[in-house]
Amino acid sequence: MEIKVVRKVLDANNTMAAQNRKLFAEKKVFVLNMMSSPGSGKTATLERTLSLLMPEVKTAVIVGDICTSNDADRLAKSGAPVIQINTGDLSGGDCHLAAHIIADAASNLDLGNLDLLIVENVGNLVCPAEFDIGENARTVVLSVTEGEDKPLKYPLMFRVCDTAIVNKIDLLPYLDYDIHAAVSNILQVHPQMPIFQLSAKTGHGFDAWLNWLKRQLLI
Amino acid sequence: MHEMGIAMQVAEIVRSSIPPDMTDARVERINLRVGRLAAIVPSSLRFCFEVIAKDTPFSDAVLNIEEVPVVAKCNDCQHEWTIEGPAFSCTACKSGSIVIMSGRELEIASIEIAD
Repeated sequence: MEIKVVRKVLDANNTMAAQNRKLFAEKKVFVLNMMSSPGSGKTATLERTLSLLMPEVKTAVIVGDICTSNDADRLAKSGAPVIQINTGDLSGGDCHLAAHIIADAASNLDLGNLDLLIVENVGNLVCPAEFDIGENARTVVLSVTEGEDKPLKYPLMFRVCDTAIVNKIDLLPYLDYDIHAAVSNILQVHPQMPIFQLSAKTGHGFDAWLNWLKRQLLI
Repeated sequence: MHEMGIAMQVAEIVRSSIPPDMTDARVERINLRVGRLAAIVPSSLRFCFEVIAKDTPFSDAVLNIEEVPVVAKCNDCQHEWTIEGPAFSCTACKSGSIVIMSGRELEIASIEIAD
């Protein structure tokens, strides 16, 4: 006997994400989900972003890692409230942040006193793309020390994100990296995607990125 | 990489889909639809599900995975086509303004219970 089910496997997560989205809208907090592979410079990008946004834009960060509070310690220096999520223990753990984890973390933040909440997801270009956390926008960070073909290898991530950051452009003179090929690969997967080429180390290129971010807060 | 979590969700949905009056139900087959863009490796999902399903009414169930192609539609010229590689512009008019119609599915279509 066949019983029709027709249910999305991620229903539970999607329901929780919708609740988060409603809560964030009520509190007028814009939520950005930042994703990338490990080592692309998400935390460094955030450090500089926070230093340029705070205190004008009241920002908090939820940062996900399998292990350690290293990233939270770095980001807390900006004065922004930072919540570190450890998804596992030494042997490894969850490869992404799920909506219920964000709900728990957000309950420890004074949302009424925030304009922007940035979620630094676990470094991984596969799994986080599949999990809605109730965010308003998604940004994928890649860096010029990775392959130009990353967007072609991980198309889902580049499809689900609204913007892309290409980081570490200060290193371009020392590398064989073809940034035009990288940009063209991003646009092949996600035509018309806004791309910000910047260096978290020097600050070059941050104006366009911050202008985009600030525009989102006004919408 | 998150197939164990997915397998647990599948098990939860299957468990709740067995009619409560069927006390000795044995689930023979679980029909899943997985989009080709979904971040799931079918062989990993099967392996994880076997572990999760041990000592349950669906311990012997076959996980039947139907792969759903990635179909896109152009917002400008309404052309519909199946995307095979990582290129997401309209194959007819080159427009980048497209919608993904299918290919992100991760859903349980039905379960089959032994008569």
